[in-house]
Amino acid sequence: MGMTLAEKILARASGREKVGPDEIVVAAIDLAMSHENADLVRKSFLEIGVARVWDPERIVIILDHRVPAESERTAATHKAIREFVHAQGIRHFYDVGRGGICHQVLAENGHVLPGMVVVGTDSHTTTHGAFGAFATGIGATEMAGVWTEGRLWFKTPFTLRILVSGRFAPWVSAKDLILYIIGRLGADGADYRAVEFEGPAIRAMTVASRMVLANLSMEMGAKVAFTPVDETLLEYLAARTGRTIPESPDFAPDPDAQYERVIEIDLREVSEPQVACPHAVDNVRPVSAVRGTPVYQAVVGSCTNGRLEDLAVAAEILRGRRVHPRTRLLVIPASQQILLEAIRLGYIQNLIEAGAMINPPGCGPCVGVHQGILAAGETCISSTNRNFIGRMGSKDSLVYLASPAVVAASAAAGEIAHPEDILEEEVA
Amino acid sequence: MSAEVKLRGRVAAKLGDNIDTDLIYPGRFLNITDREKTGEHLFELAFPEIRSRIRPGDFLVAGKNFGCGSSREQATAAVKYAGVGAVIAAGFARIFFRNSINLGLPAVVSPDAAAHLEEGDELELELVGGVITRVATGETFRAAPLDPRAAELLTAGGLIPYLKKKYGS
Repeated sequence: MGMTLAEKILARASGREKVGPDEIVVAAIDLAMSHENADLVRKSFLEIGVARVWDPERIVIILDHRVPAESERTAATHKAIREFVHAQGIRHFYDVGRGGICHQVLAENGHVLPGMVVVGTDSHTTTHGAFGAFATGIGATEMAGVWTEGRLWFKTPFTLRILVSGRFAPWVSAKDLILYIIGRLGADGADYRAVEFEGPAIRAMTVASRMVLANLSMEMGAKVAFTPVDETLLEYLAARTGRTIPESPDFAPDPDAQYERVIEIDLREVSEPQVACPHAVDNVRPVSAVRGTPVYQAVVGSCTNGRLEDLAVAAEILRGRRVHPRTRLLVIPASQQILLEAIRLGYIQNLIEAGAMINPPGCGPCVGVHQGILAAGETCISSTNRNFIGRMGSKDSLVYLASPAVVAASAAAGEIAHPEDILEEEVA
Repeated sequence: MSAEVKLRGRVAAKLGDNIDTDLIYPGRFLNITDREKTGEHLFELAFPEIRSRIRPGDFLVAGKNFGCGSSREQATAAVKYAGVGAVIAAGFARIFFRNSINLGLPAVVSPDAAAHLEEGDELELELVGGVITRVATGETFRAAPLDPRAAELLTAGGLIPYLKKKYGS
């Protein structure tokens, strides 16, 4: 009996021939990432009382949640982190203006490679399954343990395999596919599970789109979520690491691996864009069911959908159009590199001319702490990842989650709209 | 660990399914990094009244997927430092569960207890064996037994004391 990819990676990292579901292993950690909560990790680490981190080369710290500092308290947190990384010799530190959102920065700088075990003090660390890594979120104190010992215990997960075939309908994207899946499986539908996405539709996707699937799998509880390690991915990595990574059976499940469940999806099922309605990511409906809902704020950004292809589609929809007077549109490129590229390609100009405000690369309003907080009674449509009560501001605000295309179309319409609704109208 | 750990307290609140980390501890308080102070903001947005009902050692009872969402450890710290002795739920989201063990807050999985317990019930909880007793009636509910690794960390008081003993000077 063969192994799933999660089992294979954990077996390698724990020095075993073979592992199976529910087995507890102690795995060596290849990469440990933190953002502002590195300050919490630092405090726990100091309490443990070890002088030096286990391996400064394997720790990456990226400031993204509150950049630039919005308060004196945050400024003090940033300062404490800077002093710590300096004292510990942690070279991979991305300060304000040098990086962007942690998951995007890890990806575009080639930090994550297939077969790695990656932990991050951020739940969306599952994103790095798009690079063939066993990547999962942990808490700050647990990370202090990793900084101390360089290893961590895991219960080997059961694996859910999701096979996707067919072609995307016009204006339907990876975001719509994963929202559709979460709507079907529920917010706990993959709790404690590994997810393997496979199939011709997945292999036809860009790396950026695969990251959306792995990222949002967190919202159905996944421990890790993989997309295939194939030529598309290896080319992406070669461009960012400057070296060739050979294909290897170590980066793929065995053909006779055992799955808890196999789900098959034909993209014909996802015939239109999907929207996660308040206040749960699994409260998913087709856009036609909520069309016409007035929106006061629209957001394109986040670790889920703030990449170049996301800005491209928003710019395409808004080129020559105006954001509706009722609505404000915030655009937050996921990284400095993406911002620069979007300037070069003219997307930023298109968006600004349409009336968008461009926020600096970072998490922006997604986590509800700065740069676009919602008032009571306001409705927002957002390309981000959570719509929990009070997530982006007032507990009496409403957040709808959708693709960048639907967000851009809704910004132009002033109400939730299908991109086709907008594109049918004459350009002003 | 061999000795049975017995906890006793009241059910201070009974909550539903999918109680997320933003409900438990809103993002706006994430720049508070003193664990002890996080308890002051437990459930701040949605049900702040629960805080005043918690007496030290009381239990929270919840449905499935408790603590889903963010990896923020402050959510677990807020539950603990608001005075909660243990959370009994039909199920936990995985990061919240690990954070609980690491901070020394017992997280007890029992769909049976979660379905039947009511606010105000006086309980006795045998942590290692996984037995919950409703004191008034003597009824018992089975909980998933703790795996040895989690039991070891919990009885040490969490990961920091555990590692401190192992490595600290």
